[in-house]
Amino acid sequence: MISRREFIQAGLATSAILGASGLGMMPRMAAAQGLTQDQLLQFDDFGNVTLVHVTDIHAQLKPIWFREPSVNLGVGPAHGLPPHLTGRAFLEAFGIAPGGPEAYALTSDDFVALARAYGRMGGMDRVATVIKAIRAARPEAIILDGGDTWHGSMTALRTRGQDMVEVMNALGVEAMTSHWEWTYGAERVNEIVAGLPFPFLGANIFDAEWDEPAFDPYVIFERGGTSVAVIGQAFPYMPIANPRWMFPDYSFGIRQERMQDMVDEVRAKGAQLVVCLSHNGFDVDRKMAAQVQGIDVILTGHTHDAIPEPVLVGQTILIASGSNGKFVSRVDLDVRDGQMMGFRHKLIPVFADVIAPDPDMAALIDDLRAPFAAELGETIATTESLLYRRGNFNGTWDDVICDAIRAERDAQIALSPGVRWGTTLLPGDPITREDIFNATAMTYGQCYRTQMTGATLRTILEDVADNIFNTDPYYQQGGDMVRLGGLAYTIDVSAPMGKRISDLRLSDDDTAIEPGASYVVAGWASVNEDTEGPQIWDVIESYLRKTGTVTRGPSQTVTIKGA
Amino acid sequence: MHFTRREALALGLGGITAAALPLPALASKVDDAIAAFTGGATPAEGGVTLTAPEIAENGNTVPIAVDAPGAVAVAVFATGNPETGVVTFRFGPAAGSRMASTRVRLAKTQDVIAVAQMEDGSFARTSATVKVTIGGCGG
Repeated sequence: MISRREFIQAGLATSAILGASGLGMMPRMAAAQGLTQDQLLQFDDFGNVTLVHVTDIHAQLKPIWFREPSVNLGVGPAHGLPPHLTGRAFLEAFGIAPGGPEAYALTSDDFVALARAYGRMGGMDRVATVIKAIRAARPEAIILDGGDTWHGSMTALRTRGQDMVEVMNALGVEAMTSHWEWTYGAERVNEIVAGLPFPFLGANIFDAEWDEPAFDPYVIFERGGTSVAVIGQAFPYMPIANPRWMFPDYSFGIRQERMQDMVDEVRAKGAQLVVCLSHNGFDVDRKMAAQVQGIDVILTGHTHDAIPEPVLVGQTILIASGSNGKFVSRVDLDVRDGQMMGFRHKLIPVFADVIAPDPDMAALIDDLRAPFAAELGETIATTESLLYRRGNFNGTWDDVICDAIRAERDAQIALSPGVRWGTTLLPGDPITREDIFNATAMTYGQCYRTQMTGATLRTILEDVADNIFNTDPYYQQGGDMVRLGGLAYTIDVSAPMGKRISDLRLSDDDTAIEPGASYVVAGWASVNEDTEGPQIWDVIESYLRKTGTVTRGPSQTVTIKGA
Repeated sequence: MHFTRREALALGLGGITAAALPLPALASKVDDAIAAFTGGATPAEGGVTLTAPEIAENGNTVPIAVDAPGAVAVAVFATGNPETGVVTFRFGPAAGSRMASTRVRLAKTQDVIAVAQMEDGSFARTSATVKVTIGGCGG
């Protein structure tokens, strides 16, 4: 029994910050002056073990805008539970005042005004400052990276992840797990892993042919006078959600029995604290925490959720640290007599105008970006609208991408993948080439053009919908719904597999999609080998040059039922 | 061991030509096949473990494993395949463990059922849903 598990509701910040409510219209510097680095980093040391968690950075070296979702539906047992809360419901659940820095960092309401008040977030030089401060207080802190690190920017794509490898090495990461890393191909992954100064963990990564473990499942640290095991769990649906041909020799999967075996093994080796560094996605981790006995802490990743308090499942705490470098989680634990006796947690928001850049990391980032500086910085167009992606259905950035695909590829219908990465632009922002890559960079970005029947389109929508809205999280893959241009539909998120999608229509003229008719469809991010077409970022750039100034409200083509 | 021949479903968005929606399992056909194995006896739930992926990485070759201590035979059925019988493993008295694994082809999302015949003549069963998906939109 844990006798005095302690939870300090530190949340994002102290009450001093909450004094700055109703700042929506205040100039940025005034708002920023209400926050201090000391306040953001303030933490009363606790216990004997400190974990630091970053995840899903998606190669964002520089501060960014990132709007959290306004639609993030939970189904079945997850309905209405974090992370499936947005807007006002989220603020109320965690006792956060509207209009303040926490509301800006964690939700989407009034995003543009709050963004102007509080500025960009993230930047790996700021993250470095946070981690150095934690290390100064707790020299034995364990720095852990949940994966989706090497992918998501032009510089990462061009260097095949090398820029992020160098940054994370400089940051002092001590173990990581993986997902999009694999889209550079198995050979590149193994090349990088051979040179990493820390283990690349994946208890669930197996040799596909021999069905044997292929990577280190865990690492055991001796810290704070105790023994801490960190078990890695890579993204389970790697060969399904991403191109299998890029890593044909590996098999993944949840492998719950394997996780239990690893927990038992590290306990037998004397681990006093068992941590799972996971890229399962939050709902999968919530189920796994209930099914696998003996995990003290799950550091979750993949679904990009930022949750200001730990979620408790039995004796396990789940920590969700957001994405894109917006947050760093610090968890202090009291581990004694073979048990976790208590913990203290803080989701530290990385306000880029408040936290000073670490000079060494800033210099490294500048060096890494220098060869690409001219290319990155070129302005292609300007936006008068808020452009964002994250959310279960279409975001405005995706609407622009679908508009570009339909125009440039002369297609009736555009398909754009429901990935959760991709940064945000504010009204008035220039759209640089870097911004386009932040929304699209990948190793399989060919924009194909093909014909599909109405029946096939419906099958695709049903298939993707089940990957999000299956009530058993083990059957979810953790992305959002495929984005559509030119096609409207109704979705009942509570209906069973194969029964969710109805009323497909061409949105231009409101004609019904006929199952047997053929339609011209263009899209990108096909998992098929040998997909042909121009790269999606070139398609978008060509479209935006002609457009000049983007004005794009959210499309109203998805009717949601059963939520 | 029977493998049915079906087109691969694991196509991405780009090149898809045909894909079947999950349909209700062919209940009577599966029930008949199980009854043929058990001689009409109704198997009890539990006593046999079936390990299968929740979502198939490749529907053409899905790894499955069965483990049924004390079994003399374990039969595996794929409820959504045109031919529901997949394989029957038989264990002699000298078999050290009553475990076996193989790879099966699954035409679409379906339940896989394992039925074990025990040394005392009783039967045990369990099932697992394996999703066969188009994939391609995770992130």
